[in-house]
Order: sequence, then C-alpha cells, then structure tokens
Amino acid sequence: MEVESGYGFRQLFSGLGCSFRKFMFSILSVGPIPDHIAFIMDGNRRFAKKQHLVEGDGHRAGYKSLISILNYCYELGVKYITVYAFSIENFKRQPEEVQLLMDLLVEKIEDLLRDGSIVTKYGMRLYFIGNLGLLSGAVRAAAEKAMRATAHNTRAMLLICVAYTSCDEMVHAVQVSCREKVDETRPLWKSELSGVCNGRWVDEGGKNHSDIQMDEGIPIIKTGDVERNMYMSVAPDPNIVIRSSGETRLSNFLLWQTAYSPLYSPAALWPEISLWHLVWVVLDFQRKHSYLQRKRKQS
Amino acid sequence: MVTTDSIRRSSARIAQMPSFALSVLWFLIHLVISIFFIVLGIADAVENYLISSGFLKRYDAINVGKLRYLAIVVDSEDAMQINKALKLLQWLTDIGVKHVCLYDSEGVLKKSKEIILERLSCAKLYEEGDEKSVLDSKTMIIEFTSQSDGKEALVRAANLLLKRLRSLGENQEEKIFTEAQMTEALKAVGSGGPEPDLLLVYGPARCHLGFPAWRLRYTEIVHMGPLDSMKYGSLLKSIYNFTLVRQNYGK
Repeated sequence: MEVESGYGFRQLFSGLGCSFRKFMFSILSVGPIPDHIAFIMDGNRRFAKKQHLVEGDGHRAGYKSLISILNYCYELGVKYITVYAFSIENFKRQPEEVQLLMDLLVEKIEDLLRDGSIVTKYGMRLYFIGNLGLLSGAVRAAAEKAMRATAHNTRAMLLICVAYTSCDEMVHAVQVSCREKVDETRPLWKSELSGVCNGRWVDEGGKNHSDIQMDEGIPIIKTGDVERNMYMSVAPDPNIVIRSSGETRLSNFLLWQTAYSPLYSPAALWPEISLWHLVWVVLDFQRKHSYLQRKRKQS
Repeated sequence: MVTTDSIRRSSARIAQMPSFALSVLWFLIHLVISIFFIVLGIADAVENYLISSGFLKRYDAINVGKLRYLAIVVDSEDAMQINKALKLLQWLTDIGVKHVCLYDSEGVLKKSKEIILERLSCAKLYEEGDEKSVLDSKTMIIEFTSQSDGKEALVRAANLLLKRLRSLGENQEEKIFTEAQMTEALKAVGSGGPEPDLLLVYGPARCHLGFPAWRLRYTEIVHMGPLDSMKYGSLLKSIYNFTLVRQNYGK
C-alpha cells in the first residue's frame, strides 16, 4: 500500500513537472526558438571526482544528462542538435580512458537504436560527424549502422561529433574541393601533359610546364565549394553554442560555423546541466535574435 | 485531491490557453530579465569604479606577460567610432599588452589603420614574424583584420593547395592536405597571424563575427558589451581572469 502510494506521488510530481515544463515552453514559443543548438559537453571527469565516482560513471552521468537535454530541446521545437562527444585531441588521453569512452559510445549507440528510445520518439536522424577513419572498426561500424538505420527520419537531427576538430574538418573540406576541381578538369590536364620529371609536370617534348597558370579558364575553389564539403553541411549553422563547466573557449569546435552563434558558458558541469540553463539561454537568445538575424543577412 | 487525470486535463487546458495571455507572460518575463540586467549593469559600474580607482588590490599586479596575443572583435557599426577604438588601444598600451589583433567584419578599422597608428605614439603595424620579436616596454604591435582574413583567406589558401596538388601530383595528396600545410598556405596568402590567447568581443552578443576560424582553436572568448559603454575596469578584470585560466587542450 505504502509502495503504491509512494509510486503514485512520484507520478504526480512527475506529471506536475511535465505540465509546468510544457507551460514554460508555450510561453517561450511566443518568441523565436533556435533551430539548431550545439553543446560542448564539458565536465564529466570533474563531476566524477566531485561525487567520488569511478571515472567511467562521470561519462555515464553525462549521457543521462544528454538524453534529458535532448528531450527538452526537441520538445521545445529545436530541430537540429549537435554535440561534441569526442575530439581528435582526446585521443591523447590515457588509452584506458579512450577505450572506456569508445565502449560507452558503442553501448549508447545501440541503446539509441532500440524501440522506445528518444530516436524513435522524435523521429530523429543520427549523423556522426568527424574523421571516422580514426575510429576503430567496431565503433565506425556502429556509427555507420546508426546512420543507415535512421536515414529515413526527417523530424529532427542529432549530429554527434566524434573524432572531430574544426581544423581537421576545414582541411578535409579543402581536400575534397581540390579533388572535385581536379576531376572536373582531368581530360584537359592529361591531354596536355604527360608526366613528372624532377617533381615538375612536363609534356611529351620534355618542356617544363610548372609555370603555366593552371587555373586559367579552369574552375577555382569558391567559398560555397568549401562550405558544401564540410562535415557539418548537413545542417544549418548553429544559432547557439552552449559549453558547460564555465569554460569560455570553443576548443576547435565548429569554428567555421559559429560566426553569429553566441557562446554561453553556464558554470554547471555537464551532468549538472538542467532545464533552467536551457530556458535562460533561450530567453537571452530571444533578446539578441534581431541583432543576430541582421548580422547573418549582412554576411 | 490532485490526481494524474486532473493534471492531464490541466495540460490540455494549457494547450488551449489564449495566445494573448501567453504573449503577455512572455513580455513580462523579458521585462523582468531586462530589469535584472539593468541592476547587473549598476553592480558592474560600481565594480568598475572600484577597480579603476585601485581599491581592489588583486588587479594591481596582473601577470600581463601571460597574455601573448590579444584579439579584439568589434561590431562594424561600433567600429565607426574611431575615437573609442583609439581609447581602447591606449588603455591596452597602459596595461602593457604587446600584441593586439583588431577585427571587424566590414574592415572599418582596417581602412582607418593609418589614422590609428598615427594617433597612437608607440604602435606599429604587424608583420609576419613579429610575434617572436622582443619589444621595448612601450611599443605595441597591431594587426588589422576583417572578413577577408576569415573564410575568404581560407579559400585563397585552398586554391594555393590546389595549385600545389596540380603541380606535385595526386600521389602527394596526403602530404599536401595537412594542418601544417594549411597554416603555411594561410601565411603565404597574407593571413597567417598567430592564435590569440584571449578574444574580447565588443558588441551586443558574444560571437566572433567571422574572426579567422583557423586561429580560434583554444582562444578564450569574453563578451565586453557594446563599445559605447566600454570600461577600463572591465578590461582589466577580463585580462586578470584570463591569467587565472588553466587549459587541458583536450587531454
């Protein structure tokens, strides 16, 4: 009887909380709601230390926090969410920690693909953004499976940055753009020049062509080409970046895409991030929205 | 007694609440927030006075040597107030900052660089290699940047790498497309300045407004408010707080 009434009270409070949250979101929705929010999930290790937990439990607590925040964001009407799960720089951590994070990633990818998960609830498409070639076979396979399994979803998008840095993304986009231009002009190129001699292109007569203006009449790379080849081109630029733990830097995250994305740095560690941090950020975003829209249009 | 059924009915009623009532509530919440920021502004002004007058002793001896390179992002509309920019640079000279990069997306400050350098007695224009030079106590090196040093510069560097790819051949692709080569290419196209340690944003929002992305990896980004209401105390406090930061760089 006591257990039943205890369960009843929890349902009651949970229901009241849910109603209050929907009420808050109805008020917030009077103003502009960001289309895309990016999160730097900083502070899991510090949380584990603070709570005297084993290190892996800090990351698990971080995952729970992520699911809560995703629920709030999608409920509010945010369509795209990007999270910085693992940087290329993080490979420099202790191998045991890196392995723990990779195992956790595979485990949570499988959780996300189960029936009844947040992915099915919000019709979410998953993208894994980054240099996936740096991941081990098992992790890459799990990521690719998740992307294939959710490819038909269109209501919302979750972009998980793994083995990612902005600099690596920019170099990759430039490399792909260069390959495209070379492929576009390949027939012209091969007919004029026959081979390499001492590192310089020469024709059949041995004449050195290194000084030819190779871009005369040949397409050059434009800003749109680089943007199209960014890993993040699948989503619009973020409206907001939120970094937990009070740190005020982007740490090689979305540097190209955040020219007009205000950065918020709540002091809470990632597992401590709450609905109220999100509400505050959205309210401040609404205060600055017309300025940011104007700046985006001018750019 | 409140039951789950009654909660469901309340949720349904909330969904039907007239939009006018929600608009009024939204407006009231924003009004309260605006009042909060006004009160915060007054508290900041008091703190600024205390810092500028030297009452807060911890700001007396700032280890400004830790700040090797400072960037200032200004909203282009605010950047038209050249006198404000000059005053800011003068403050930075007084604090002892040696290397400053000024950025505004439209290049308003870049167009006024002769006037700025003339009016500041001990400033010189940045040249490549200056970040390693040892300066006397009064000289400050200033770099002027705009959006042509941001995405546009990266695209120019991309075209340089494309030329290299064409001249060296596709089998050299892995050697051409590295971060080190990109840094070199950016230098070659004239946008190879160093990464700032600290970036101060003077404008309505804390965003970098297109500052060269390649140089922002681990830069601390601090919002200073509009240039109109800039304060010496805030500047000193931001630099002081920077000297306390410790970074892991991903490890």
